[in-house]
Amino acid sequence: MEFTFEQYFALMFGLIFTQNFVLSQFLGLCPFFGVSKNRDAALGMGCAVIFVMTMASVVTMLIYKGLFLHPSLQKYHMEQYLDIVSFILVIASLVQFVEIVLKKVAPALYQTLGIYLPLITTNCAVLGVTQMKLTEFSNPAYSLAQAVWYQGLLGVFGGIGFTLAIYLMAGVRERLQSAPIPESMKGMPIAFMAGCCMALAFFGFQGFI
Amino acid sequence: MDIIAIVTPVLIMAVLGAILGLILAFASKKFHVEVDPRTEEVGEALPGANCGACGFAGCAAYAEAIVEKGAPINLCAPGASAVVEEIGKIMGVTATASEPNFAVVQCDGNGVKNRFKYSGVTTCKAASVMGLAGAFQDCPYGCLGLGSCIEACPFGAMKLNENNIVEIDETLCAGCGKCVEVCPRHLIRLDPESRVIVVRCQNHDKGAKANKQCNHACIACQKCVKECPFDAIHIVDNLAVIDYEKCKLCGKCVAVCPKSLIVNLRADRKQRRAERIDRENNL
Repeated sequence: MEFTFEQYFALMFGLIFTQNFVLSQFLGLCPFFGVSKNRDAALGMGCAVIFVMTMASVVTMLIYKGLFLHPSLQKYHMEQYLDIVSFILVIASLVQFVEIVLKKVAPALYQTLGIYLPLITTNCAVLGVTQMKLTEFSNPAYSLAQAVWYQGLLGVFGGIGFTLAIYLMAGVRERLQSAPIPESMKGMPIAFMAGCCMALAFFGFQGFI
Repeated sequence: MDIIAIVTPVLIMAVLGAILGLILAFASKKFHVEVDPRTEEVGEALPGANCGACGFAGCAAYAEAIVEKGAPINLCAPGASAVVEEIGKIMGVTATASEPNFAVVQCDGNGVKNRFKYSGVTTCKAASVMGLAGAFQDCPYGCLGLGSCIEACPFGAMKLNENNIVEIDETLCAGCGKCVEVCPRHLIRLDPESRVIVVRCQNHDKGAKANKQCNHACIACQKCVKECPFDAIHIVDNLAVIDYEKCKLCGKCVAVCPKSLIVNLRADRKQRRAERIDRENNL
């Protein structure tokens, strides 16, 4: 099954705006609030998530369609119970890999991301993107290569959507730092409200697709 | 039951794990970062309570700061002198442990009157922002007795006493100061062990008003001020405040306070210290 240009566009626009993982599906909220205190760290986090999401998407789809749904293995029905276990294994390894590389390549970023970097493992947005279209892509109408390619695109655009959300949020929160806010609303409470307003604003994209 | 149906998925997961493990092993070799071996040794010497009393994010962060940034080695409150000695050996420097600190609750609470029965959110912060002044108690300064500090204490050293006021078990208190941060009424203070005379009230209202709010409130009667031979105690904003620079810890003010708010912890501390040492020896 080939995607038309419209379908590609719908996939991209949908994942970045209308079905943004953070702002309309409420996935990946932990790093969204945890690392959105300054824009540089938010961008670093976003890039790490894009990488993990894309790689996880590609590898999990390879395992799912290439291995679990392989004609000779299909009779064991592994896709029914082994998907989440194996996906988490892949995601955890990828996050570990990112952590090792970042520690060497960008120690400053590694310090700023702190605990939130290993927590990408439990970032539900990553598992969410791998699970999102599983049933659709397991349809034999998609060849293995096609399924992996589309799933990879899901990962890329899902990650970009996450990055957009967290970067915008970091911009808002940098402004909030110096805003005159009542004592009891400082910090997280006002951040939650700002996040809520942003989610509402993103609902404006709802009618597009 | 087909045995292969069990073996195949197990094998697949095992192979998958092995491949990913190999990739990670390769990556950790390729991207290896040199770490000072002393960091790990210092980390092991620290108690691992992650209480944050040292001012760093946890024991691991403190160990790193000691080795790489030359942070002082005597900041660990729960570890006290034994840990300082051990770290000193690793780092090749000597330092004496600072005097242990204890948290002190500056509210007696014995006789505070409740306006109504509070059954809202059971954290002190929530209760203290709820009303404009005294929340559910008449006294707008005293301990609320909801125990946010008890939850915050990593050492289990705090409990509520029969007057519904927080009490600190000094055999367990490590002086980390977590409770000081969470108390919305700023009633808890970290005091060095030698500071044994404490005023257990923070009521800044005028005498008559304070007296109505709580049977055990400082009414600024000046008796302690007159009694003090060292001019170390003064009434500041309707409350007796001890100037510890001048105080010689003679304890004369303790005897004259009509509300028995000023307390002498000396005997108590001595006993607690003995108990503490006893317990550490038994470990």
